[in-house]
Amino acid sequence: MSDTDNQIKSEIDGADVVLFMKGTPVFPQCGFSGQVVQILSHIGVAFKGVNVLEDDGLRDGIKTYSNWPTIPQLYVKGEFVGGCDIIREMFEEGELRPYLAEKGISLLSDAE
Amino acid sequence: MVRETLIEKLTTAFAPSHLEVIDESHLHAGHSGTRPEGETHFRVKITSEAFIGQPRLARQRAVMNLLSEELAGPVHALAMKLKTPEEAGADA
Repeated sequence: MSDTDNQIKSEIDGADVVLFMKGTPVFPQCGFSGQVVQILSHIGVAFKGVNVLEDDGLRDGIKTYSNWPTIPQLYVKGEFVGGCDIIREMFEEGELRPYLAEKGISLLSDAE
Repeated sequence: MVRETLIEKLTTAFAPSHLEVIDESHLHAGHSGTRPEGETHFRVKITSEAFIGQPRLARQRAVMNLLSEELAGPVHALAMKLKTPEEAGADA
């Protein structure tokens, strides 16, 4: 494993829900990253945002690591879930909450 | 033209019953990855029997692998809606 792979793995292992994104959860710098942040915030899941724009090695490395050419990328409990389209579809089809619940992730908005 | 290439490749690979390839580059003007000549941000909608029994991740991977050359080159972003004929019917 390269240093970048190790860095990515430790990010993924470091939190239950990790979003590799452009910008930060507070200031997304890409519309697609922003959409995923909005969805995760809406359903009330705590996540860690990793800003790939701060590190070119990370920006390229995550694409190779996941074998996925675009950003954002969402990991849950070490498992690659998908990018913006997949997260939005899961949300729209009502599958995202059950998926996260099944993974043992607690949601703040269950009362909604 | 990038759009024509996408249409040709997607048509050959998936024999879609419905295919839309929309150039949305103008919506991302000034955003990183854009070029003055456009054709950087695309949205594709594909309805194909090839997606039957395939989970979302596998469908998207199939499209990304097919278009890996374009994604490594001129295409900066690719939004996808990939449906089976049955799913597309349910949406209509």
